[in-house]
Order: sequence, then structure tokens, then C-alpha cells
Amino acid sequence: MTVETSTWATKKGLAQMLKGGVIMDVVTPEHAKIAEEAGAVAVMALERVPADIRAAGGVARMSDPAMIEEIMAAVSIPVMAKARIGHFVEAQVLEALGVDYIDESEVLTPADEENHIDKHAFKVPFVCGCRDLGEALRRISEGAAMIRTKGEAGTGNIVEAVRHIRTVNREIRRLASMREDELFVAAKELRAPVELVQEVAAAGQLPVVNFVAGGIATPADAALAMQLGADGVFVGSGIFKSEDPARTANAIVQATTHYDNPKILAEVSKGLGAPMRGIALEAIPEGERLAVRGW
Amino acid sequence: MRIGVLALQGAFREHVATLAAIGVEGVEVRLPGDIDGIAGLVLPGGESTTMRRLIRRWGLAAPILDLARAGAPIFGTCAGMIVLSRTITGDEEPILPLLDVVVERNAFGRQLDSFETDLAVPILGERPVHAIFIRAPIVEEVGPEVDVLARLDDGRIVAVRQGNVVATAFHPELAGETRFHRLVATMAAEHADPGEGAGRRPHPLRRSRVEP
Repeated sequence: MTVETSTWATKKGLAQMLKGGVIMDVVTPEHAKIAEEAGAVAVMALERVPADIRAAGGVARMSDPAMIEEIMAAVSIPVMAKARIGHFVEAQVLEALGVDYIDESEVLTPADEENHIDKHAFKVPFVCGCRDLGEALRRISEGAAMIRTKGEAGTGNIVEAVRHIRTVNREIRRLASMREDELFVAAKELRAPVELVQEVAAAGQLPVVNFVAGGIATPADAALAMQLGADGVFVGSGIFKSEDPARTANAIVQATTHYDNPKILAEVSKGLGAPMRGIALEAIPEGERLAVRGW
Repeated sequence: MRIGVLALQGAFREHVATLAAIGVEGVEVRLPGDIDGIAGLVLPGGESTTMRRLIRRWGLAAPILDLARAGAPIFGTCAGMIVLSRTITGDEEPILPLLDVVVERNAFGRQLDSFETDLAVPILGERPVHAIFIRAPIVEEVGPEVDVLARLDDGRIVAVRQGNVVATAFHPELAGETRFHRLVATMAAEHADPGEGAGRRPHPLRRSRVEP
């Protein structure tokens, strides 16, 4: 019998297996083990968590392959890693390492201000960020097998994440309510392929899994994202910038499973110590906002 | 009749949708109380380490084992198969050891080795099953009570049944394949209402004449 690898079903299927789970940013194998032990469904290997990237400034790039390999060796759950927007050679390197998913990420400094990576050209699946439905569908048309709303990474502030997931889901509901003959103009307005627009309108949902990222710092934040329709959550700085990472990580995992059970949310939120400090959005100059990267 | 789908993490909605496609109501199970009144249980794909941890945290192991021992069918796919295994290589502690098998996690490698293929599954009929394997496990050894339902061309075991427990290393719920769910639903219906002409039934008008 014929065996086919790296098909669309296997690419988007791995993301389906991650649903209802928490993907955690880690910078060392020790962090990765803490995340796995706490119940993370996958880890994102990177050199610095977004809060530190933000603080350090300069150009943020793909992580050292040696560090990514150490993390891959340390845990049995899937390992993701970030490439710069448009930097298809970083993506080639990550594919050669055998990572399970590549995040073409606005958290790193973009390498191309016009083009994203042609993700169809890769065997490894990609996740990409979005702020609205049009951006999500453009990334899917380029081959992304998973979407995450961007939020504002490294802030511990959920406000942008809420804006983005609400926007995506509101636009999906709007498409689902349209007549067939209105979808052509809708596609033009969304700047997205009409075939994908028709598919979303018919299904009432994206054709791939959609997680929420950027600013989740507490169990309640994760549950808010889930109640707003997320399939799962990415938590970056929120875990390893908190006072007690292992407990915070575990509590966010429990909250993501029991997102619609306030009694359990109250229980798991008790006595976690201080969450990450957080930054008000107004305190970040427009030019330093990460979510506006990518288009 | 309702069939539960363990909804702690993973592709549980796909299983609820597959059950709906064959006319069976699937209910999400997150807490022990959700198990009341279900005639069978599906353990979906996901991350087995996460799922095992959550099963333990929320006290689900004992009620699921009770449900299985009462004869209700249990169906595990991928991570669900791992969770049901008596032995997981690498010395991970089993949690719902209902299948007398030795299973190896991520047996094919990483995501780049995930694949699709057609498989012969004789108990489901002649038409092959389209099987999607995602970072899938493999069954390395089976005990005497275990029936092998499917093998890859190289002989490796990817679907098993032991009494009322069925497990696949692949994902029928991602491929529009309903026959495994039909099998499990039939087993659940038999469990919920044996309908075996059970016992002697008195004539409706002569109920008072009880046999000594």
C-alpha cells in the first residue's frame, strides 16, 4: 500500500491533536521539562521569551540549532521553533533539524517586508499569526496548517489577544450569514482567496485550528481565550516570568481544560504567587508593537 | 443511548462529530460525574502525557475502569491507545491498563514521519480503511486475549481489540471513516440494552400466574 508523508491532513492533523491544550515558550531543556511535567501539549523553543526580546531590543532571530536540538532531546512532546517572517532559509534549517512545527513569527524581527514564506514548499507544518480573518486566510493560502491570533507578545496583557480572537470570530460569523453572491466582494474586502472565503462561510469556522497567543498570564486569561472560541492557547512569557512557573503552568493547563467551569477556575487560581508584571498597551510606542508585523 | 468522549485535551470534537454522523449522541466527559449514563467511552488523540496527567488530576481513572469492567465499550485512538495500554515502553506508568499490550510512543519518529495509508481491517469489511498516523504509537507485543485488527505491510500492529476495548494507532475521526465508531456504537447499544430475549416473559394477561 502507498504511504504518503507530510500531507495536508497530517500537517493540520497535528494541530488538531494539540487542541484544548497549552503550548509553552521555553528557552532551556530544563524549562521544557517543567512545561512537559505541567501538562503542556507542546513547547516552543526560543532563545528568549518575548518579554526579554522586547526588553533587549535589537534584531531577534531564529534560535541556536544546538539549543533547539537539546530541547527536542529533553522532551517527548512536540517541539516547535520560530523563524522570522519571510526568512525561508531559517525555516529550511528548522526543517532539517526535524522540529515538529515552525512558527513564522512576528515576535522575531521580520526578514522580508513584502513576502511571507511559501509554506507549501515545506514538509514541516507551519503556524502563523493573525489579527483578523483576512490575515488568517492569506496565511492559510500560503500553506499555514495552523493559525494563532497574535495578541501583543511579551506584555502579559490580554487586551490585544481578546481583540484579535473576537475580530476573527466576528468576521467568520459575518461570512456565514452572507448570500453566496456576496462572498466575492467579501473576499475582495478581506484580501483573501474566494475559495477559502466560501469554505469558511459554508463551515462557519476556519479550515485549520486556531489558538490564541500573546499576553496570556493567568488561568483566567486562558479560560477567557477558550470561552471566546480559541481551540487552545500559547503562553510565552506568562509562565517563566511568573513567581512560580511550575504551578502557574499547571494551573493554566487545568484552566484550559475546564475553561467553562468557574468553580474549578477559582480552585486552580488560588495561591499561585505573582503573575508576570505586565505592560499596559499604551506604554508601548506604536513602533515597538509586534502584532503589526506581518500583513 | 449516549457515548462519552473524553474531553480533557485533544481531538475530542472530531469524535463527537463522527458519532453525530452515524446518528449517535456524543457527550464531552471532563469530570467523573459526566460518566453517569453513558454507554461507552471514546479516548481521543492528543498528547498522552497531558491526558494521563489530567485523568489522574480529576479522578477519572477509577470511574473509567469501572465503566469498562461493567462491559461498556472503550475506544482509544492514538494517544487514547497509549492511555489504555498495560505497558508503555520507556517505563511510563500505565493509567488505564485495559489492553494487554506493550505500546511504544512516537514509534515512527517526529512529525515529518507522520503519514497516510490504506489499511486492510478485515472485521470492518473488504473496503480498506484510510488511516492517518500522526506521531503515532505502535503495538509491539500483544497478550493472549488480544485480537489484532490491523497491521501495516511490514507486520507492525496498529489496531487491536480485547473484549470490549478497541484501540487504533491512527485517526479514523480525521479521515471521515465511520466504521470503527459504528462498531463501538453497536457494542454500546448491546451493553445498554442486551436485547437477547432475556428471560422468560409472562403472558400479558396471565401475569398473576407466577412460576413457583
